[in-house]
Amino acid sequence: MSSLNQQMLQNLRLVLPELIWCGTGVFLMLIQPFLKNRQALTFLAMVGTSVGTLATFYGFFGSAFFAQIQFDTFSLFFHWLVGLISFLVILASDSYLEREKLDSAEFYALIMFATAGMGVLASAQELLTAFIGLEMSSISSYVLAGYRRDSVKASESAVKYFLLGSFATAFFLYGIALVYGVTGSTNLVRLADADPSSNLLRLGLTLILVGLGFKVAAAPFQVWTPDVYEGAPTPVTALFSAGPKAATFALLLRIFSTVHAATQFWFWAFWILAGLTMFVGNLGALVQSNVKRMLAYSSIAHAGYTLVAFAAVTSVRTDPESVAPAYAAVLFYLASYALVSVGSFTVISELGGQGERYLTFDDFAGLGTRQPFAAAGLSLFLLSLLGLPITAGFFGKFYIFKAAIHSDLLWLAILMAVNSVIGAYYYLRLIVVMYMREYKGTLPADASQGLSPTAAMVVSVAAIITLYLGLAPNHVLGIVLSQNLILSAR
Amino acid sequence: MIALSGHLLTVVIFFPAFGALALLFLRSDDELWIRRLSFVVSTVEFLFSLLLLRAVPIGQAGYSLEEFGHWISSPPINYHLGVDGISLFLVMLTTFLTPICVLASWHGVHHRIKEFHVMLLLLEVGVVGVFLSLDLFLFFLFWEIMLIPMAFLIGIWGHERRIYAAVKFVLYTMAGSILMLVGIIWLYNATGTFDLPIIQKLLHDGALVLPERTEMILFLAFFLAFAIKVPLFPLHTWLPDAHVEAPTAGSVILAGVLLKMGTYGMIRFCLPLFPDASRRAAPYVAVLAIIGIIYGALVAMVQPNLKKLVAYSSVSHLGFVVLGIFAFQNISMQGAVFQMLAHGISTGGLFLLVGMLYDRRHTFEISDYGGLSTPMPKLAAFFLFVVLSSLGLPMLNGFVGEYLILLGTYQVHWNWAAWAAIGVILSACYLLWSYQRVFFGEVTQQKNRELADASVREKWILATIAVVILWMGIGSPFFTQRFAAPCKTVIEQMNRNVMHEVAVPGTPRLASNRPADNSTERLASR
Repeated sequence: MSSLNQQMLQNLRLVLPELIWCGTGVFLMLIQPFLKNRQALTFLAMVGTSVGTLATFYGFFGSAFFAQIQFDTFSLFFHWLVGLISFLVILASDSYLEREKLDSAEFYALIMFATAGMGVLASAQELLTAFIGLEMSSISSYVLAGYRRDSVKASESAVKYFLLGSFATAFFLYGIALVYGVTGSTNLVRLADADPSSNLLRLGLTLILVGLGFKVAAAPFQVWTPDVYEGAPTPVTALFSAGPKAATFALLLRIFSTVHAATQFWFWAFWILAGLTMFVGNLGALVQSNVKRMLAYSSIAHAGYTLVAFAAVTSVRTDPESVAPAYAAVLFYLASYALVSVGSFTVISELGGQGERYLTFDDFAGLGTRQPFAAAGLSLFLLSLLGLPITAGFFGKFYIFKAAIHSDLLWLAILMAVNSVIGAYYYLRLIVVMYMREYKGTLPADASQGLSPTAAMVVSVAAIITLYLGLAPNHVLGIVLSQNLILSAR
Repeated sequence: MIALSGHLLTVVIFFPAFGALALLFLRSDDELWIRRLSFVVSTVEFLFSLLLLRAVPIGQAGYSLEEFGHWISSPPINYHLGVDGISLFLVMLTTFLTPICVLASWHGVHHRIKEFHVMLLLLEVGVVGVFLSLDLFLFFLFWEIMLIPMAFLIGIWGHERRIYAAVKFVLYTMAGSILMLVGIIWLYNATGTFDLPIIQKLLHDGALVLPERTEMILFLAFFLAFAIKVPLFPLHTWLPDAHVEAPTAGSVILAGVLLKMGTYGMIRFCLPLFPDASRRAAPYVAVLAIIGIIYGALVAMVQPNLKKLVAYSSVSHLGFVVLGIFAFQNISMQGAVFQMLAHGISTGGLFLLVGMLYDRRHTFEISDYGGLSTPMPKLAAFFLFVVLSSLGLPMLNGFVGEYLILLGTYQVHWNWAAWAAIGVILSACYLLWSYQRVFFGEVTQQKNRELADASVREKWILATIAVVILWMGIGSPFFTQRFAAPCKTVIEQMNRNVMHEVAVPGTPRLASNRPADNSTERLASR
């Protein structure tokens, strides 16, 4: 009996971050009637996220709950990443919630639940567990998307997200059912032993890919993205584009690194997904006049770049020993994109003014002189998205290029190069508007006067990490290139 | 100074960055001190670069003052710097033109002065870094970094269509450089290193033999990026816009140094790394270069806009440089390097002069001028001097480069040289004709009558330029003896590789290419 308890405790240690995150969420909901001070709630939520993130140190590498959860360097990395993202998003939301006069406790609680869901996704070793993680983060996201109840756009965004999201979840679930039908198990390890040429397994995994492709906004499953990103409160958009996306990519990577995926079928599936996603994202972003919408499309494009690395993972030309750089490329890219994305959406959220009304390119004119700090921060993030050296985005892109060329994906690399240049145009356009154009007419009275201290903190942290990853990526590379990045649970 | 001696190249690269940092601490309305500080910083930077002169031995190829440090562990990217006779003068050209640009913008730039000088100094960091990097990755990094300050210089302080020109400039360059990045990574895949000397050694020893097709693709990936930068016809369309819309300082740096990054890249990377592909591409490149020479000259001839005329003359002159490089002759290669420097000084000078005219009259149209030598004889004299140097008058700097290029090219392809020589004639036509329309004849417009002659500041700028022009024309061996050996090495690296392909592995072969080698050596010593 005691040994069973012992084992239970050991198991719980591996999900301690998720427990803390969920616990903080519940605690915030309970305390809300007694605590009216928004800043105190923000503080509690931030403490919750950081304690949850730090709790990963108390865990150990191994599997738990009958190999449903796998805690390895890979999940450690993503726990830190989603923890950091949630921390920054909460910090950035503080002034946003005050400006929009929204309740904060539920908001933070939902973010905590979503974070816990992402944590589960990052360490799920079994498809149904992954499904639970996915739903935890998705359902919280649906609510968060419609958090500005009075706004028509936000409601539209939430409904759209919910309907299409449930549809995609159904795909995912159906895929799991088919996989179970073939292998008699939903555990990824057993999947690895299954015959990769089985068509039913392929169909099942394809449906899973469709479901996850929806969550990461890969074309042709991306149609919801611009509307949802635009309608959602901007800090929530920051979360969407960084957290759930990274966590879903984590799951996708775990699945396709475990099952026998290096086949022509998966290779071409990812090849086409990547190519299509890059072009849809970049060409869409090219014609936007709303900055938030432009960044939403750009987020699609970046999902496409990440998928290029997936094509490298599944390429038959890649020998199994040298696939590690491709994993590292995915991880590094997701980290760099997530930070830049949180940073840039934070700036946008502050500049939008009440009701997020001032988000067209024209509203950003002359920002370089009006608000040098915000403009400099946003420019740095845009340059990182563009992939200019000494920013994190450059190394992210560099490693993906390297992985792609290493796997002989020359054409995909060239498509990515072409897309980078298309991307350069619209990112530059915003920089040009901020620094080289004057604001026409007089500034509206309720336009933003400057970043709030909390937002400035978020921007500084994101900017420092962006430069750090761009100048000295060795430490992070050491983690993502570690020998046993993804442990199998056998 | 002693403590720095081991890291002189690092100092030369990053000193302007510290200057820029110092500028940030000044109040932005403190115009005079901002200008003074940036002038001092850029002058000290020039003095630092003079120290390099001592360190580069004459008549000896290879890199001096090498610095090596590990930067990124995986893939192994190193902070590897070095200077040789070719990069030495390009660095000095950069550091020489920057203080002149600061002086030239003394009255021309009125708003956001602090940002302007910060950008100018950061640009210098990027450009000097490009010339001194011996690691392909580091090279690419500086190559990209320098885009942003240049784009800002054009986009914020430029003329009417500045934003269009800035965006066009960045997109063109980026399109080429992203492909170069793909090429660099591919090369890394083949060699396992980004280090230029190591890759050269691998190629030299025959340890690395690239398949024909791969070599060609890699060559094109690199060449395209460089050809856009040069710019080689038909990729030149960004250049007139960028040059015309940029402020004077921007045009000077753009024409003086940035274009040379392209030709420098060809000498440093395309030829030694992909010799066979270069050889196969040479006829096509030469045709494009010749088209560029003649086309650039013809378009310059019909330009009503003085600044655009100078811009198109760059297309023509840089065509000579590319031709000289792709003739694969020691003489013509030396000529190409010399022409790079000479063009930097004289076209830089022309842009400065055009900028001085613009400061007075706020127009670039030739028809708005006429008879200017009456109100401003001194400026007219300087202008004539620089024009003569640009069209290649003997004793001045333009002549040496063009002559060496034509001489070297003639030895292998007399018809290339013949076509290119047309460009020499045409350049005399458009330059002298435009000079005549601007400075000679009656003063047609009332406004031009009261124009002030060159001020003290302008006289200093122009006198410096004129001295250098004369010195380069008369004392050309000072320059050529320093880059003769590196140029010869480039040619040798190309030829050695041929021997390896011909030779059966393991058996030394000396016979092939001997005559050609002898002739080039004989000519070099002449």
